[in-house]
Amino acid sequence: MSMPMYVSPEQLMKDKADFARKGIARGRAAIGCTFADGVLLCAENPSNTLRKVSEIYDRIGFVGVGRYNEFDSLRKGGVRHADLKGYAYSREDVDARSLANLYAETLGSYFTHEPKPLEIEMLVGEMGEEPDGDQLFHLLYDGTVMDMTTFAVIGGEAEAIRARLDEAWSRDADLAHSVGAAVASLAGPDRTLVADDLEVAVLARTNGRRAFRRVEGDELTGLLA
Amino acid sequence: MVLPLFRPENDPGPSFLGLLEQVGMGPVEAHFRADRRRADGLVIDGSERHLSPHATTLVAVRHSDGVVMAGDRRATSGNLISHRTIEKVFPADRHSGVAISGTAGIAMEMVRLFQMQLEHYEKVEGKALSLDGKANQLSQMLRGHLPLAMQGLGVVPIFAGYDHRQATGRLFQYDVTGGRYEERDHVATGSGMLHASTVVKLRYREEMSADEAVDVVVEALFQAADEDSATGGPDPIRGIYPVVATITADGFQRLDDGLVADRTSMLLASLGGEMAGGGAAS
Repeated sequence: MSMPMYVSPEQLMKDKADFARKGIARGRAAIGCTFADGVLLCAENPSNTLRKVSEIYDRIGFVGVGRYNEFDSLRKGGVRHADLKGYAYSREDVDARSLANLYAETLGSYFTHEPKPLEIEMLVGEMGEEPDGDQLFHLLYDGTVMDMTTFAVIGGEAEAIRARLDEAWSRDADLAHSVGAAVASLAGPDRTLVADDLEVAVLARTNGRRAFRRVEGDELTGLLA
Repeated sequence: MVLPLFRPENDPGPSFLGLLEQVGMGPVEAHFRADRRRADGLVIDGSERHLSPHATTLVAVRHSDGVVMAGDRRATSGNLISHRTIEKVFPADRHSGVAISGTAGIAMEMVRLFQMQLEHYEKVEGKALSLDGKANQLSQMLRGHLPLAMQGLGVVPIFAGYDHRQATGRLFQYDVTGGRYEERDHVATGSGMLHASTVVKLRYREEMSADEAVDVVVEALFQAADEDSATGGPDPIRGIYPVVATITADGFQRLDDGLVADRTSMLLASLGGEMAGGGAAS
């Protein structure tokens, strides 16, 4: 009788983590950061139709990188969760924290129980009523969740981009400055990104109930000039 | 709660009603879906009008930049006034609105579901429904509601919106069976509809401005309230005025109560003048 080959749990987890990290590092990066009016979500994405940045609920936005089908199905799950919760209770009861926890649970359970972990990294951004309430949740492939009020970088070359953004980012910057800082950090010293390479959206306190708004076309080109 | 993720064969797609059904959250199953079991057992005889408040007169008029929708503020239960400040005109999404007459509680729930349905579709698909698609959705919800409508708890909405593809405002009228009838210039529904639509018909002109259209709907509701006891007229003592909303390329906007109050006093002044001159009141 043949015995299944023994693999230590440490080795198994490490292999899975390496696998997921490799998948994520192949993709382009995305940034979420707070700014004067709310939260800015910015991804390098040459496609105009396959979205990385999306609206979840009135004050909640989403960015995913890695395998498109995997993060898009979690995005839809998030929209469904938020809409159901808002319908069953009240719109103000829908918050990013509980959504981030659900995402973390899902990612964690894929990582431990499924043969293949999800090769994705995600950001959930929430705009507060007041600037103090602005928040970002950074979710890793294994279910790790980090909350921050400054900025977060996901996807390939995240370390280098994070270092650049650390220099350029400021909490009280207006939209033009924040977009400039985010795009320059994504591009690095040797490249220039134009509007067509980018997907940008804001959750802004000036937008009314549904705070999510895409910044695209001429407006984005203008902000980058 | 767990994250609602579905296998492909159960996936409700962009439908919020389908999603509610999948997660088992719907009394909506019985009411708003055509293909579901009927609400059997609930038998209501002619006295149903006393059981639940009914919302009444609504008008919508097309103008050069879009449409204007308006509704009075009264709900009645039989011969009693049950609410003086009920709202019957709602945004459906950014560029469309829905106004309801009929059984108020059911109608408001239908509006809430309709709003969710449109927003949910837009977020899941990443693209808003076409205006015809939205009008059709409302039709299907009404058709699903037919069993209750047959028992006396009917809902009759008006749907209006700005169609970006045709660059014009459009109006849709419905019946309790879900029948959808697009009208070109103006629609009215509810108990005061006859009087309201007569006023609109006489005052309507091609290519009216939004301002003129607002005056027309304010007058239509005033005259309907004058003739129909279930329609509430303007009430300056309590500060209650009809809800008037405009929908243009810039979106749905509910007019400020103060502005509607001004328009109402202008109307009253002109009517007073006509009466003094021996005009309308004979």
